[in-house]
Amino acid sequence: MTNQSNSRDVWVFIEQEEGVIADVSLELLAKAQELAGTLDSQVCGLMCGYQVEDLAETVIHHGADRVLWADHPELEMYRTLPYAKVTTKLVQEQQPYILIFGATAIGRDLAPRVASASRAGLTADCTDLQIGDYTSKKDKRTYNDLLLQIRPAFGGNIIATIINPKMHPQMATVREGVMRRQEPDVTRQGSVEKIEPTFDESDLALRILSRETRESEINLKDSPIIVSGGGGVDSEESFELVRELAHVLGGEVGASRAAVDAGLVSREHQVGQTGTTVRPRLYIAAGISGAVQHRAGMDESAKIIAINTDPNAPIFEIAHYKIVGDLTEVIPMMIRALREKAK
Amino acid sequence: MSSARTYNSIVLVKQVPDTKNITGDVMKDDGTMNRSALPAVFNPEDLNALEMALRVREQHGGQVTVMTMGPPQAAEVLRESLYRGADQVVLISDRKFAGADTLATSYALTCAVQKQGDYDLIFCGRQAIDGDTAQVGPQTAEKLGIPQITYAETVVDLEGDELVVERALPLGKELVKCMLPCLLTVVSTANQPRPASARKRIEYKLAATPLEYRSLLKKWPEFGTEEALDAYLEARDMKLPVWSAADVGIQDGNIGLAGSPTQVYKVNFVVLETAESKEVSADQEGIAALLEELIQEYIVG
Ligand SMILES: Cc1cc2nc3c(=O)[nH]c(=O)nc-3n(C[C@H](O)[C@H](O)[C@H](O)COP(=O)(O)OP(=O)(O)OC[C@H]3O[C@@H](n4cnc5c(N)ncnc54)[C@H](O)[C@@H]3O)c2cc1C
Repeated sequence: MTNQSNSRDVWVFIEQEEGVIADVSLELLAKAQELAGTLDSQVCGLMCGYQVEDLAETVIHHGADRVLWADHPELEMYRTLPYAKVTTKLVQEQQPYILIFGATAIGRDLAPRVASASRAGLTADCTDLQIGDYTSKKDKRTYNDLLLQIRPAFGGNIIATIINPKMHPQMATVREGVMRRQEPDVTRQGSVEKIEPTFDESDLALRILSRETRESEINLKDSPIIVSGGGGVDSEESFELVRELAHVLGGEVGASRAAVDAGLVSREHQVGQTGTTVRPRLYIAAGISGAVQHRAGMDESAKIIAINTDPNAPIFEIAHYKIVGDLTEVIPMMIRALREKAK
Repeated sequence: MSSARTYNSIVLVKQVPDTKNITGDVMKDDGTMNRSALPAVFNPEDLNALEMALRVREQHGGQVTVMTMGPPQAAEVLRESLYRGADQVVLISDRKFAGADTLATSYALTCAVQKQGDYDLIFCGRQAIDGDTAQVGPQTAEKLGIPQITYAETVVDLEGDELVVERALPLGKELVKCMLPCLLTVVSTANQPRPASARKRIEYKLAATPLEYRSLLKKWPEFGTEEALDAYLEARDMKLPVWSAADVGIQDGNIGLAGSPTQVYKVNFVVLETAESKEVSADQEGIAALLEELIQEYIVG
């Protein structure tokens, strides 16, 4: 988009599949409400689908003042081009100040397409969003109330704040679990506007032949106990120990990106900036160094146990219990102690 | 049945710092990164993208062109691509590209792809490990005005002007049919990238871009001048092309810092708030006592 918009509204892309709104969209509505409060503006939920009008109420109850709902049979299942066309058009017509997406498979497919078409900046996987002022060193111009897009920077313990002073909307994606959703307020009122888009042949260049989806086998976000393995887990057998400990504790298995990249466990288990953010009662980090991207997803855990052979591993600085030792020895001891207690 | 045809592919690849091997030396005392101390590697999923393109060529014929935007050193991933079977490579390099965010990067890549022209398929890795943003592929597709297939895992069918691809979604699979040309971003589970061929490694040993001549002359002083080296490589078809911003017809305001809507406002060091912590001895007694404590506090059990 060219230059400043007049609107100060905060838009959230509401992701729905088969009539179910993604958790992350509801989480973002809560954050959007906070941002709009600071900006003294409105929250708008933008939803695409076919005959999903009933969802608009839920969107309002979770924080939207307004729902823009595009209804068309071609929008029933997510496809890049029709969704991008609708979203881009609305963005260009109404010029929201801020537009945020969940960093899901859909959000990560759609947001860059819309950003490119709107010539807007887009920051992926933010771990926090705030409103703040910025004065350019070059021309001394002050930009008030910008969206501060906060995320770990590559390498070391650095958190970067990214801004888009000139090109709006200010766009960002956020992973599931980073923001906290609010209890729905069923007394909240809002407006619903239905939009009936039209598509031409080029918008429908891609067709879905079939889709198979499965239920997620895990629920990391809501699990009270998580045992995670990292790069220090060097084999399938050792990762079995992590799984077994999680099982004995009645918790879920988590992982750092190193363990996921090594193929020891599926991506769904990744904790961190580009995985899931968790806040369990107990988080056990086995063979995880504690890189800032990992910590971003677990440092609000109530209790953290770290098992690491390196006494200087950064994970120890946020751990409540430090165990300096080899996980292939320590985890079996934990399992044994728990089995003893269970007797 | 439509008559058999061939398909030309462009593969967009990136050289990235190896995040797996960050060592102490890489971080400077002020906490910033010493990029030159970091080993640079071929972005892993870009190898999967290249492999997918090579397999399409093996089945259907056509040319595979690999492009990368980066500093002179990025020529290394182009040589790696040649060792694996790419037909042509291009380095897109210009000081003016410095500071580009994903939008400015996708603009530069789009201009390069348009200059190359004559493509049916564009392949990228799903994401680069130094940013995990997964934005450049879709942004390039948008600028080219072509459809995108993200999370591509298998090319199931390619016939006439249509492509059938299986996508690996986080929770399932999707089979899609798409008109060509289109852009695919490829996941790591798509294939096992082939290793560099020893024969091609020898064949392309000398391949270099003019941006590397100065440092090459130190290694091979016998050439004497850059001109002599250039003539030698040119005659052997070992001169790798470099396209500058002007070569691909880029407008200044759209690239580098000026063309990047996002900018870094500030960086903060994370000061780790040391939790009140207990050392637990790594023996059966220590561990049992720890678990007892957690049970007492209703954290476990
Ligand atoms: C853009 C971006 C996004 C990222 N997103 C994420 C993310 O979401 N989640 C994430 O986790 N990472 C993420 N990362 C990667 C992150 O920077 C680190 O590289 C990663 O977290 C390292 O994982 P690790 O600590 O498990 O592995 P390593 O760095 O390999 O550390 C292994 C640890 O295990 C210890 N160890 C070794 N052997 C043993 C043993 N036998 N017993 C006990 N301890 C042992 C070692 O001392 C070391 O501390 C991201 C990086 C980037 C650039």
